[in-house]
Amino acid sequence: MDRPIRVVVAKPGLDGHDRGAKVVARSLRDAGMEVIYTGLRQTPEQIVEAVIQEDADCLAMSILSGAHNHLFPKVVSLLKERGVDDVLVVGGGVIPEDDIPGLIDAGIAAIFTPGTTTTSTIDFITQNIKRK
Amino acid sequence: MFDKQKAGEIKAAAEKWDNNVKSKLEKQPERRVVFKTSSGMEVKRLYTPADIENMDYANELSNPAQYPYTRGVQPTMYRGRFWTMRQYAGFATAEESNNRYKYLLAQGQTGLSVAFDLPTQIGYDSDHGLSEGEVGKVGVAIDSLKDMESLFDGIPLDKVTTSMTINAPAAVLLAMYIAVAEKQGVSADKLSGTIQNDILKEYIARGTYIFPVEPSMRLITNIFEYCSKYVPKWNTISISGYHIREAGSNAAQEVAFTLADGIAYVEAAIKAGLDVDDFGPRLSFFFNAHNDLLEEVAKYRAARRLWAKIMKERFGAKDPKSMMLRFHTQTGGSTLTAQQPDNNIIRVTIQTLAAVLGGTQSLHTNSKDEALALPTEDAVRIALRTQQIVAYESGVAETVDPLAGSYYIEAMTNDIETRAMEYIKKIDDIGGAVKAIERGYIQQEIQDSAYKYQMEIESNERIIVGMNKFQIKEGSPKGLLRVDPVVGEHQKQKLVTLRQERDNNKVNTSLEALRKAAQTDENLMPFIIDAVRTYATLGEICGVLREVFGEYQQSVIL
Amino acid sequence: MDIRAGLLKGDKRAAARLITLAENGDEDAVKIISEYYHLTGKARIIGITGPPGAGKSTVTDKLAKLLRQQNKTVGIIAVDPTSPFTGGAILGDRVRMNDLSTDQGVFIRSMATRGALGGLSKAVHDTVRIMDIYGMDYIFIETVGVGQSEVDIVKLADTVVMVMVPGLGDDIQAIKAGIMEIGDIFAVNKSDREGAERTATEIEVMLDFNRTTDFRPKVINIIARDNDRVDKLLEAIEGHWNYLCKDSNYQTRKKNNIKTEIIGLINQYVVKSIQNDNQSNLIQNMVEKVYDKQIDPYSAAIDILEKVSLGKQQS
Repeated sequence: MDRPIRVVVAKPGLDGHDRGAKVVARSLRDAGMEVIYTGLRQTPEQIVEAVIQEDADCLAMSILSGAHNHLFPKVVSLLKERGVDDVLVVGGGVIPEDDIPGLIDAGIAAIFTPGTTTTSTIDFITQNIKRK
Repeated sequence: MFDKQKAGEIKAAAEKWDNNVKSKLEKQPERRVVFKTSSGMEVKRLYTPADIENMDYANELSNPAQYPYTRGVQPTMYRGRFWTMRQYAGFATAEESNNRYKYLLAQGQTGLSVAFDLPTQIGYDSDHGLSEGEVGKVGVAIDSLKDMESLFDGIPLDKVTTSMTINAPAAVLLAMYIAVAEKQGVSADKLSGTIQNDILKEYIARGTYIFPVEPSMRLITNIFEYCSKYVPKWNTISISGYHIREAGSNAAQEVAFTLADGIAYVEAAIKAGLDVDDFGPRLSFFFNAHNDLLEEVAKYRAARRLWAKIMKERFGAKDPKSMMLRFHTQTGGSTLTAQQPDNNIIRVTIQTLAAVLGGTQSLHTNSKDEALALPTEDAVRIALRTQQIVAYESGVAETVDPLAGSYYIEAMTNDIETRAMEYIKKIDDIGGAVKAIERGYIQQEIQDSAYKYQMEIESNERIIVGMNKFQIKEGSPKGLLRVDPVVGEHQKQKLVTLRQERDNNKVNTSLEALRKAAQTDENLMPFIIDAVRTYATLGEICGVLREVFGEYQQSVIL
Repeated sequence: MDIRAGLLKGDKRAAARLITLAENGDEDAVKIISEYYHLTGKARIIGITGPPGAGKSTVTDKLAKLLRQQNKTVGIIAVDPTSPFTGGAILGDRVRMNDLSTDQGVFIRSMATRGALGGLSKAVHDTVRIMDIYGMDYIFIETVGVGQSEVDIVKLADTVVMVMVPGLGDDIQAIKAGIMEIGDIFAVNKSDREGAERTATEIEVMLDFNRTTDFRPKVINIIARDNDRVDKLLEAIEGHWNYLCKDSNYQTRKKNNIKTEIIGLINQYVVKSIQNDNQSNLIQNMVEKVYDKQIDPYSAAIDILEKVSLGKQQS
C-alpha cells in the first residue's frame, strides 16, 4: 500500500490517563501513519463521527478506568449502525485477561494490555487493516 | 566538608584508581559504556569525598527540622512515630467503601485516603450521560451529602485524618466533609486531613479538570483563605508530582514541575491578598516512588531543600513551617507489570524503602494487581504489610535520614536540585507554570521523557523483569476485583429518591446564591457549604459553576 | 460503497471516502469531481491561517458554532504538517472542535501536508469541492501560515483570516514578508494577554504601508477561548464578502484562483507523466547528458516536455 494508513486514536470515557495513548500515537506517526488524535473524554458518538469523517482505516481506543466493557462494545455497535464495516478497531489499557474474549466477540480486533510494545501494535495494525 | 589539602589528596587518589580501572576495561568491560540516572545524570564508577568537597553542612544539609530541611522536617522523624500508612481506597458505593475503610482501620492503617470515581472527580452526577459505565469504577461515587454521610458512617472524623483525592470539585467535597462532621458534632477546627486540590497537574498530566485556569485558581485560593480561618488543621492542597511522574517524567522533572506548580499557587494566593505565612504551613506535597531507590531518596531530599529556599528567599516566608516541605508518597503505578504480578510486591518494597529513606510523612503502597484491575482486599493487605515490615522489621526507621553523607546520595541530591532549578528558571522565563502549561512546554517535556522511556524498553536498553526479559508463559490471573455494573443503577435510583425527598426550594435558593457569588469575587466556600447542606448534588453545584466559569479546553501536545 | 449515490444523498461516509481517494491522487476521484463540477461554487470558502499556537482551531471552532446558530452547514479542513522524517503525522485539530463533531451539519476533515509536489494544494482544492458538492455552506481551511505551500492553499479561499497573537514581537516582521499580504482580515487572538493593543497597532501600521488594493483589511482583537468578539470577526468576514460582491472583485479573485489552479495542475500532470514514463527513463538520460555537457539543462527540459506531449498525442 502506498498511501499512509489513517488511524483515529481516542480516549473514550472520563479517565485522563493518556500517557499510553500518546506514546502509541507518536509511535504510529513514526511508523509513517497519519494519526488523528481526538483527546480526552470522548463519547462513543464523537468517536464514531471522527472515524467516519476522517475515513480512518483503524480506530485505536484506550481506557484505564475499567469502563471498557461498557464503552468499547458501544462504539463498535454504533459503527455497525452507521454501516461502517471496513475499519479495524483495537483497544488498550488496564483490561483484565478475562474480559478480552468478550471484547473480541463484540468486534474489537485486538486488546493491547500493559507491556505491549509499540512495535507489535504497529505490526498488528499494518497487517490487519481491512482496506488496501 | 574536608579541608582543602585532604580533599586534594583524596581526589588525586581517586583519579589514579579510576585510571587504573579504565586500563583494564578492554579485557573486562562494564555492562554499559555510560551509566545514567533517570534524570540524565551520568553515574560515575565511584563516588568519593571529592564529589562533595564543597558541601557546606550547615547551609545545605543541616540537622533535621532545621533549615533547609534537607534531612527531614521533624526532629525525631520515625523514632517519634512512623509515617502515616494511608491506603488509597474507594470503589462502588459509599456503603461498600465504608466497609473497606473500617477493614483497613482494623488492620492497623492509620489514616484514610478516599478515591472518588471519575464522574465525581469531574463534577457529574451518576445519572449524567458521560457518567455511563464509569460510576463506582475507579473510586466511590458521591452525588450528594447523603453519600458522604454513608461513606463516613461510624467513623469519628475527629479521630482519623482523611486524605481526599479530589481536585476540580475539591471545594464541594471539602464542604460535604465539613457538613458530615457537623452532623457528628465535630466542629471544623477539629478536622484534619488533606484535599489534593491541585488543578495545574490535572491540566499537565491527570486530566480531571473542569473549569478554566483562572476560576480554578480562584477556587483554590478561596479554600486557602477559608481554611486558614475555620479549618486550620486541614492541608488545603497536595501539590502533586505523582501524576507528573506517572505521565512519564523523570525524577528531576517531577521535582521541577511540582515545585513550579507550587510557586504558581503561592503567587496566586499572595495576589489574592493572603499572607504567605497564613497558608504556607498548610501546603503539602505528593510524590511518586520509583524503583531507582537511591535516585528517589536524593529526589525527596532535593525537593525539601529547594522548596525551603524558594519559600524563604523568593517569597520571604518567616514561619519555618512555611518552608518545610511535607509530603505524601505513593509507589509508582506505572512501574507495575501485568506480567508475573507477584513480582510487583518486590517492586513496591523497594519503593517503600525509597519513600521511607527519603523521609516521607505518609505512604500509600500499591497492590500487586493494579496493572490488571482494581486491587482485591488480599492484595491491599499485602501492600499494607509491606509498609509495616519496613517500619517494624527493617531498621531503616531507627535513625533520621540514614543515607545522608553517602557521597553518591549527596552528589545526586545536588544534581537533581540543580536540574530542577534550571527547569524552574525556564518556566519563570516563559512567565510561570500557568503560561508554561498553556504553551504546552511542561507537557512536551514529559511526553518526550515518556516516549524515550518506552523506546528504551523496546530496544531492551532498559530491562523490566518479566516484561522484556525473564518472561514465562502465564495463565490469566484469577480473582480480580470487579465492580458490579448495577452500582450505576443504584446511584441513579438514590438520586431520584433524593430529589423527591429534599426541599427543592431550599436547593434552588442556595444554588442561585452560589451563582450570584460566583459572578463576584466573594469567597465561594460558605455558599458551597450552604448548598451542600440542602442536599444539592455535586453535579448541580458544579453545573452552576460551569455556567458561570465555562470549561477548560484541553490542548494536545504530542 | 457507491460514492456517487452517497455523495448526492448526503452520506458523510461517501464524501469522506471520496476525499481519501482525492488525497491519494486516485484517478476515480478526479472523474467523480469532474462529473459534479457543475454543482460546485455554492460554498463560501474561508482560509484561517497564522503562526503556530495562535489559536486557529479555536477561532475556527467558534466561527463554525456561530454559523451553525444561523443554520449554515460547515465544512472544516484542518491541515497539519507531515513529519519529513517518517512520512507520518499527528493531526490534533479535532481536539478543539469536540462539540462540533457530532453535529450533523458539520464535517471536519484533518489532512496532513504529505509534502508531495503541489499535491497538498490539489488535495485541499479537491476536498473543498467535495464538501461543496456535499452541500456545505461554509468551508474553512485551517493551516499554519509558515511556508509557501500553505500560502498557496489559503489563497484559494474567498476570504483569508490571519490569526495573530500578542507578543510575537519580531515574528510579525518575519511573517509579513509574503504572508501578511494574503490576509483580508486580521484577528488578534488571546487579546487578554499583554501587548494585544500594541500588536493590533503594529498590524494596522503595516497595513497602511503595504496595501495596494482598495480593500483595507480590518484588525480585530478577539479572545476566541471565551467567545469574545468572535461575532465581530464573523461580521468582518461578511464585510469582506460584501466587498467581493461589489463590481467585479469576486470574479477577478475567482478567476485568478482558477488560473493558479490550472497552472498548478499542469505542473503536476507534466511532472507526473514524466515520472510515470519509466521505460524511456527520460529524466535520468537527460541528467547524464547534461552532466556530460552534451546538452544544456534548458534545452533538456524543453526536449523532455516535447517528448511527453508527443507521447500523449500518440496514445
